[in-house]
Amino acid sequence: MATTTLAPGAYVARPGFWYWLSTWLTTTDHKRIGFLYLFNSFLFFFLGGLLALGVRSELAVPGLQYFDNTTYNQLFTMHATAMLFLFIIPILAGLGNYAVPLMIGAADMAFPRINALSFWMLPVGGALMFGGYFFGGTAQAGWTNYVPITARAYSPQAGQDLWIVGLTLIGMSSILGGINFMATIFKLRAPGMTLMRMPIFVWTMLVTSALVVFATPVLASVLVMLFIDRNYGAHFFDPSAGGSAVMWQNVFWFYSHPAVYIMVLPAMGVISEGLPVFSRKPLFGYKAFVFATAAIGALGFSVWAHHMFTTGAVFLPFFSFMTFLIAVPTGVKMFNWLATMYRGKLRFTTAMLFAVGFLVMFLIGGIDGAFSASPPVDFALQDTYWIVAHIHYVLFGGSVMGLFAGIYYWFPKWTGARLREGLGKIHFTIMFIASNLTFFPMHIVGIQGMPRRVADYVEEPGWATINLLETVGSFILAASFLVFLWNVFVTLRGERTHEPDPWQGNTLEWATTSPPPPYNFDHLPPIRSERPVFDVRIGVVDDPWLANLIGAPSGTGRPSLSAGQPATPAAGDEGHG
Amino acid sequence: MTASTEVIASGHGTAGGETPLGYVQGRLDTTLIGVLLFITSEIMFFAGLFAAYFTVRAGHGNPWPPEGFHPEIEIALILLVILLTSSLTMEYSLRRIRAGDRTGLVRGLTVTLVLGALFLIGQLYDYSILGFGVSSGIYGTVFYTLTGFHGAHVFGGVVAIAVMLMRGAAGQFSARHHAAIEGVSWYWHFVDVVWIGLVTTLYVLPILEGSAHVGR
Repeated sequence: MATTTLAPGAYVARPGFWYWLSTWLTTTDHKRIGFLYLFNSFLFFFLGGLLALGVRSELAVPGLQYFDNTTYNQLFTMHATAMLFLFIIPILAGLGNYAVPLMIGAADMAFPRINALSFWMLPVGGALMFGGYFFGGTAQAGWTNYVPITARAYSPQAGQDLWIVGLTLIGMSSILGGINFMATIFKLRAPGMTLMRMPIFVWTMLVTSALVVFATPVLASVLVMLFIDRNYGAHFFDPSAGGSAVMWQNVFWFYSHPAVYIMVLPAMGVISEGLPVFSRKPLFGYKAFVFATAAIGALGFSVWAHHMFTTGAVFLPFFSFMTFLIAVPTGVKMFNWLATMYRGKLRFTTAMLFAVGFLVMFLIGGIDGAFSASPPVDFALQDTYWIVAHIHYVLFGGSVMGLFAGIYYWFPKWTGARLREGLGKIHFTIMFIASNLTFFPMHIVGIQGMPRRVADYVEEPGWATINLLETVGSFILAASFLVFLWNVFVTLRGERTHEPDPWQGNTLEWATTSPPPPYNFDHLPPIRSERPVFDVRIGVVDDPWLANLIGAPSGTGRPSLSAGQPATPAAGDEGHG
Repeated sequence: MTASTEVIASGHGTAGGETPLGYVQGRLDTTLIGVLLFITSEIMFFAGLFAAYFTVRAGHGNPWPPEGFHPEIEIALILLVILLTSSLTMEYSLRRIRAGDRTGLVRGLTVTLVLGALFLIGQLYDYSILGFGVSSGIYGTVFYTLTGFHGAHVFGGVVAIAVMLMRGAAGQFSARHHAAIEGVSWYWHFVDVVWIGLVTTLYVLPILEGSAHVGR
């Protein structure tokens, strides 16, 4: 135990499958835990994807073909649950787990063992949720789990309780992870890494973690209330006994609206790292970006009731206004990204393509959101496929595109080999076209009033054709991930070049070997800006060790801040803490 | 951010020798930042429960507590005194170990532990004589959920204090090394503050409102 605590990655290589397995099961190394997050999340991603194919198959033609209503309800409920709570939130935390300590020049997370605990709660929570299939059916009330559908009277199955307990566990995992990220970022930054020199991805992880720490416990509180209602005969959500059903929606969305920023901010951070590198320009408006991220985090707590406009129980002008307002910092970011690319020396690697894909898809999703922010429009669109289109554009087009940008960008750092560019571009092309084919037509049927969460629909206004189109798109979309898996497979079987800095990156993770050694850094460069590796590459900061590692000329004779002299930080740096 | 400037001044790089990789020296211990954030998340958890209480209360007419529900304010106040005293003894323990006095730490923690256990026993006694349950009406629901989750947190605190006591008796803490004691004491004060909030909300506010019938 003492050995594990002192040196997370420093195990003695011994042959044998069981030893190899035990090193993974007991690891406290942030890099290996990051891999565990990725592996586990992809399992649930493919599981959730299969459920989505089930939903799309049922909707391919009108009428009930493959599933009855109850099974269909379970399909879309578990699809959303797996994708939101077991895929997108944890996998972004996994990217952060790997990248954040590297980007701030730390040896590991602040609490390595709590980090391992956070991860291991996830598969347990997921198993509980899906375990419902073996105990009379899973939850089937939609991922929003509205009362009274989830009251004992209408959802008597044990799967609903398992769902509540599973989600509580996943929430605890999230909270502990968030605490860990915040403590890491506040305390373990390398010398010279002031807050305003942190990479944007680290900033987005910081704001995300703050959202997790403030919002997720509120979800836990409402989940335990529902659990007590269902199992101990309490009356929180029972209006006939003095409770309130709308209270569920209020408290649930108080968590779940910030949660959509938990799901997208890290993806924004990923592409904010990729776009500057592949445009050969610094990120446009670093400070504006930081403040926009913080503003999204803060405003995210005051817009929850825009999910509840039609209840008639919320103050429409306030929540509508705040919802329009939160589009402003998001728009600032969009202009920052475009201005970063503007007149840059663009390199369209696969990672860059996914980043551009993010910009396009997220823009569409964002504009959808602005429509729904207006109460009159929302009253018409509530619970139609328009909302389904919106969430898939921001979460699939946004978060998943950003996620794959991150995977293609960091894969050489993780494994020492770049994913194949040719296969990557095929993956991107199929995924981009198929996702638009699947999700865009949902706008059309949505405006025409096709309700979500119903297994059947009328053929009338051309819905049959459009739904068939969406179904075809969804199967092509699924196929694109086979290309991705094949790409990972051939890359891992192929030669590893172990380039430390394959993309001419800016941030500290490129200042070490690929993959990084235990404790990450044998040597840290002087950090004088938010782009320490860039500084060394162009010779503004002199660091022969790193220059040798990344193959840049050292000591170019330009005026430089010597590594030996303790530099006094500019007065401006003081204020940003 | 003063933390980072201190480190730069202390000399990083080839001239100053290698600093321990990646660790920024700051004022607040990393463990305590973790505890602080954990308490923050706990506050948000209770905020959810309190929000539910006030939602229910606002939708309910007088009298509140409704007919047939008689929470025992005397017991609640006695429990409050017990918990406030235990916060003082916790603070005493912390100050003793800051001064390097391990015997004082063990003595203080023992008293705190006993007071925490007394609180739990008192709360169980309170539950046993109330005559209503979590399923008997909306008041029973909110009363038992709020006080019950607080009680669970007191129980967690008592376990933590017991661990601290064992570690303290084994001599694991010193004037320099006692971050765990600091963390547990913060948590204990937080639990205390929640009880103050609960007594105010559940017992005092209805009296101030004039909507309650106190006692039997």
